[in-house]
Amino acid sequence: MTAQAVTVGDEIRRPTAIVRRLRRVSPALVLAWLAVAVVVAWALVPWLFSAADPTIGVSGQRLQAPSIQHLFGTDQLGRDVLDRVIYGSRFSLVGALVAVGVGLVAGTALGVLAGTLSRAVDDVIMRIVDVLLAIPSLLLSLSIITLLGFGTVNVSIAVGITSIAMFARLTRSQVVKVRHTDYVEAAVGSGGHFLGVLWRHVLPNSMGPVVALSALQFGSAILQIATLGFLGFGAPPPTPEWGLMVSEGRNYIATSWWLTTLPGAIVVVVVLSTHRVSRSLGREKRG
Amino acid sequence: MTGKTRSPVLQVKGLSVSYLRDHEATQAVDDISFSIDQGQLLALVGESGSGKTTVAQSVIGLLPGNGRIDSGEILLNGVDISRWNWRRLQTVRGRRIGLVPQDPAASLNPVRTIGANLGEVLRIHTRVRGSELRRQVVELLARVGIDDPERRARQYPHELSGGMRQRVLIASAIALRPDLIIADEPTSALDVTVQKVILDLLDDLRREYGTAILFVTHDLAIAAERSTEVVVLRDGRVQEHASTAEVLSNPRTEYARTLLRDAPALAGRAAPLPPAADLAAIALRADSLVQTFALGRKRDEFRAVDDVSFAVPAGTTHALVGESGSGKTTSARIVVGFRRPTSGRVEIDGIDLASLRGEALRQARRTVQLVYQNPYGSLDPRRSVEEIVTEPLRNFGLGDRRSRLAKAGDLIERVALPASVLGRRPHELSGGQRQRVAIARALVLEPRVVVFDEAVSALDVTVQAQVLRLLEDLQRDLGLTYLFVSHDLSVVRHIAHTVSVMRRGRVVEEGPTESVFGTPVHEYTRTLIDAIPRPSERVS
Amino acid sequence: MGYLLKRAGQGAIVLWAAFTVAFILLQALPGDAIMNRFLNPDLGLTSEQISQLRQSYGVGAPLWQQYFHSAWAFLTGDLGNSLEDGTPVRLLIEGALPSTAVLAAFGLLFAILLALAVAFLSALAPFAWLRNLLQSLPSLFIAVPVFWLGIMLIQILSFKLRLVSIINPGPVEGLVLPVATLAIPLSAPLAQVLVRSIDETLLSPFITVAAAKGASRVRLLVHEVARNAVLPAVTVAGLLFGELIGSAIVTETVYGRVGLGRITEAAVKAQDAPVVEAVVLISAIVFVVVNLIVDLLYPLLDARLRTRAAAI
Repeated sequence: MTAQAVTVGDEIRRPTAIVRRLRRVSPALVLAWLAVAVVVAWALVPWLFSAADPTIGVSGQRLQAPSIQHLFGTDQLGRDVLDRVIYGSRFSLVGALVAVGVGLVAGTALGVLAGTLSRAVDDVIMRIVDVLLAIPSLLLSLSIITLLGFGTVNVSIAVGITSIAMFARLTRSQVVKVRHTDYVEAAVGSGGHFLGVLWRHVLPNSMGPVVALSALQFGSAILQIATLGFLGFGAPPPTPEWGLMVSEGRNYIATSWWLTTLPGAIVVVVVLSTHRVSRSLGREKRG
Repeated sequence: MTGKTRSPVLQVKGLSVSYLRDHEATQAVDDISFSIDQGQLLALVGESGSGKTTVAQSVIGLLPGNGRIDSGEILLNGVDISRWNWRRLQTVRGRRIGLVPQDPAASLNPVRTIGANLGEVLRIHTRVRGSELRRQVVELLARVGIDDPERRARQYPHELSGGMRQRVLIASAIALRPDLIIADEPTSALDVTVQKVILDLLDDLRREYGTAILFVTHDLAIAAERSTEVVVLRDGRVQEHASTAEVLSNPRTEYARTLLRDAPALAGRAAPLPPAADLAAIALRADSLVQTFALGRKRDEFRAVDDVSFAVPAGTTHALVGESGSGKTTSARIVVGFRRPTSGRVEIDGIDLASLRGEALRQARRTVQLVYQNPYGSLDPRRSVEEIVTEPLRNFGLGDRRSRLAKAGDLIERVALPASVLGRRPHELSGGQRQRVAIARALVLEPRVVVFDEAVSALDVTVQAQVLRLLEDLQRDLGLTYLFVSHDLSVVRHIAHTVSVMRRGRVVEEGPTESVFGTPVHEYTRTLIDAIPRPSERVS
Repeated sequence: MGYLLKRAGQGAIVLWAAFTVAFILLQALPGDAIMNRFLNPDLGLTSEQISQLRQSYGVGAPLWQQYFHSAWAFLTGDLGNSLEDGTPVRLLIEGALPSTAVLAAFGLLFAILLALAVAFLSALAPFAWLRNLLQSLPSLFIAVPVFWLGIMLIQILSFKLRLVSIINPGPVEGLVLPVATLAIPLSAPLAQVLVRSIDETLLSPFITVAAAKGASRVRLLVHEVARNAVLPAVTVAGLLFGELIGSAIVTETVYGRVGLGRITEAAVKAQDAPVVEAVVLISAIVFVVVNLIVDLLYPLLDARLRTRAAAI
């Protein structure tokens, strides 16, 4: 209403110089990107990092502690744990990618529909989202697995479905927020069609936080997939899946700490890194 | 408290402050000196980025985390407090220095009662508690003119109006009779009539208690009306420092002269004369507009706009002026077709805009365009200026790509921007430049009527003056018709040929600007006009 | 009052929808396959028991009748029978619920305490490095898988340092590690919200005003910031209830505790849908009720909502 409160300066803001931007990059972010790059490389070309077959063990080398030959030690079948972690990255990353894809596509679609169409559509969609939100995500994925059956793909889909609610809520709130900005109204006022304004102004300006959430969910999906793997609902045993490896290592917990500690630590590093990257993405989009 | 010597209450000597941003120090305040005696009001005047607020924050030791005092002294009753840490400053804050902040809406803790907010300063510095504390709180509330203080003390901040909240904050600042009060833009968030009351209250308290006041403002007119001494800041440096009378009558620097010329309340310019009635056709006619909103239960309704009519001759400017809640913005939104009135007609070129829907309404939008208050929010941050200005043409399929580009180039030149801005995005432009882009976008469809909703309110005075001159030039050259919505009577007086004064949804007075302002008939109009700061009365 | 009813109504709709979805999903499992299991002679069910089961599932009746039948059964506390051995699901859950509830309650309590400690200590930290260290804890905690954390705690605290026994522990000792396992990751989102809202609140003009009255830093934090900053965290705590139940299930699996977790895990492995759906529905009810309570608490903490709630 009254305008007095806002005093807008007339100073000119120059685009940030590249030098200044580089100086702002923190070492932690560089490390995070590095960790993500390494794991992606593991998933794409595992044979470059290890020669051995991760499912076949050497019988003379059972349960060896970490050493130069076996950085992460070996397991009860004499398999190199690092090799298995490297080959296992593919299951985690592809699974997380599928999960984020499911959540992103379905959630964003629901969110955009709820945020743009009529009040009734909005209400119906948001109640569906409430239902998804009311069921603890682990239980939701477990019930979906009960229906679909076990396996890597089913686990990914289940994990993806649990994130639909979050994507939908965020997208809707962003769309609603952007729809109420002056520049969207101005676009309507200058004769824009509904869909044109939606496409040209609303969607591009709503998607920044959604992209950041995707990166965040990627980390969370890795975590959830590992959890379901640990519980034994993912791929069957010879598969070098990270959660399953920790689960199998539990039998040797008193003697062979590396079997549980190291694969789990890799999960922590990867999730930590994707979260760090996500936060930097979120900041970029806002700034 | 004041027994010792007659040294000034506050002395600032060679103060320099810088902010650390991205590992680089930016100088915000550069070698500023001034002093305030007991009972004096010194105005620190400047536009945004001048460093005026930084000075105020330095005095009370509340610079933002990345701010640092590089050199200089801040003497409070002769003692340098500029290097004091938080713990030592606690003893002078509230007790010796009081603060009246800029935004009363956000300056009271929302989850605590008025009484708790106000009693805090007593609880920090005195041993007063319980019923005695409550008694003092009520007394303070009564002193700043709050009716029914017992009840108010139990209420929460959101239950009070902006003016009342500012009174509470003033009560809190004077509770312990400090030697110095820092008032940082204390009225810029308030309506004009409330502004006058608050300023009068500060004046009374200053006289009664002999408090020194450091008054920070962007508004030279207020400074001129209330202060004894003025310090004009620009880019962190003192431009002019003299008694108020001298600055007004004999400004020494070019910048001070510009400020004086551009401040609408100070520039003694007559309102433009309306055209002879029979010469001009009516370009915009609003007829008995009514807008009601349902309130809570079904039968209650709130009449935001109540039987508003006006007619604007082609090529002239009509102003809707009023305070917050007067219905002026709602009326403007009805005129541009963003809001369908409960009843009434909006006629442009003989077409009733208020009755249109869908495609017909979209086509009609070509005839009337809106320029928003906030140039930071009205331009899509992801589009280039070129895309922003050509978009309306694309929407109506006018011209091909090349002709649209040419037209955008023309308009950017018309609004006095360099052609290089076409490739830029809004965040690379200043507030004034953005508002020019918004004007170019509004003009690209060659509308009959352009509506300005507080379109210059967010701009610094010098920029505001430039944009107002631009609007006048465009009107003269292109024969445009303007509907100008504003709370600022001084601005309206400059630009409008005719005016409607609005209050609580109704038009209380209308007519040619000169006669409404010169010989107001309605009492409310007179109150509004009285509230305009008038330094000339003081000076003479 | 109307606000209350509206929120309660929304909660009821959510639960009804959850039930309907669960019902449809149950139907998706072939019904005859279910009955065939009971015909397995190994279970040793008599023909009367089988026909009773048949009736209780409403096999053969039209779908809408089955729907109302099971809705009514659910409302009256009959959650159906396990497909494994025909045990009433209600008995299974009643046996497991108390242990899980105790674990979850303590887990949530310690998560809240941990989050408050991290957030407020970091706001008071006198050195930047300490502040940064404390503020980076939540992002580490959130990245740690619950199951792995449990194993690490066993390895370090129990096996290496021998501080806590996990073999035949006492009732309190047996809770220490599971509660820590549950609380640490759960505290992370809470602490993040708290840290952010403390930072935001510290930037509000009313904090400047309070500081200008001469308040000490601690006083600012306790008197002015705390209540404002806790508000968003209360909402998040309510939403975290889902996370809490999920983590409790995993924790129980790691520590081999009796509880909902073990039942759920076994039920999913055996594709024992009635048990899974019952656990899901009960969790949803708890979630909806808890968040309803949070909504009701909110106006008590924030006066602005009190008037708004009254107006609606």
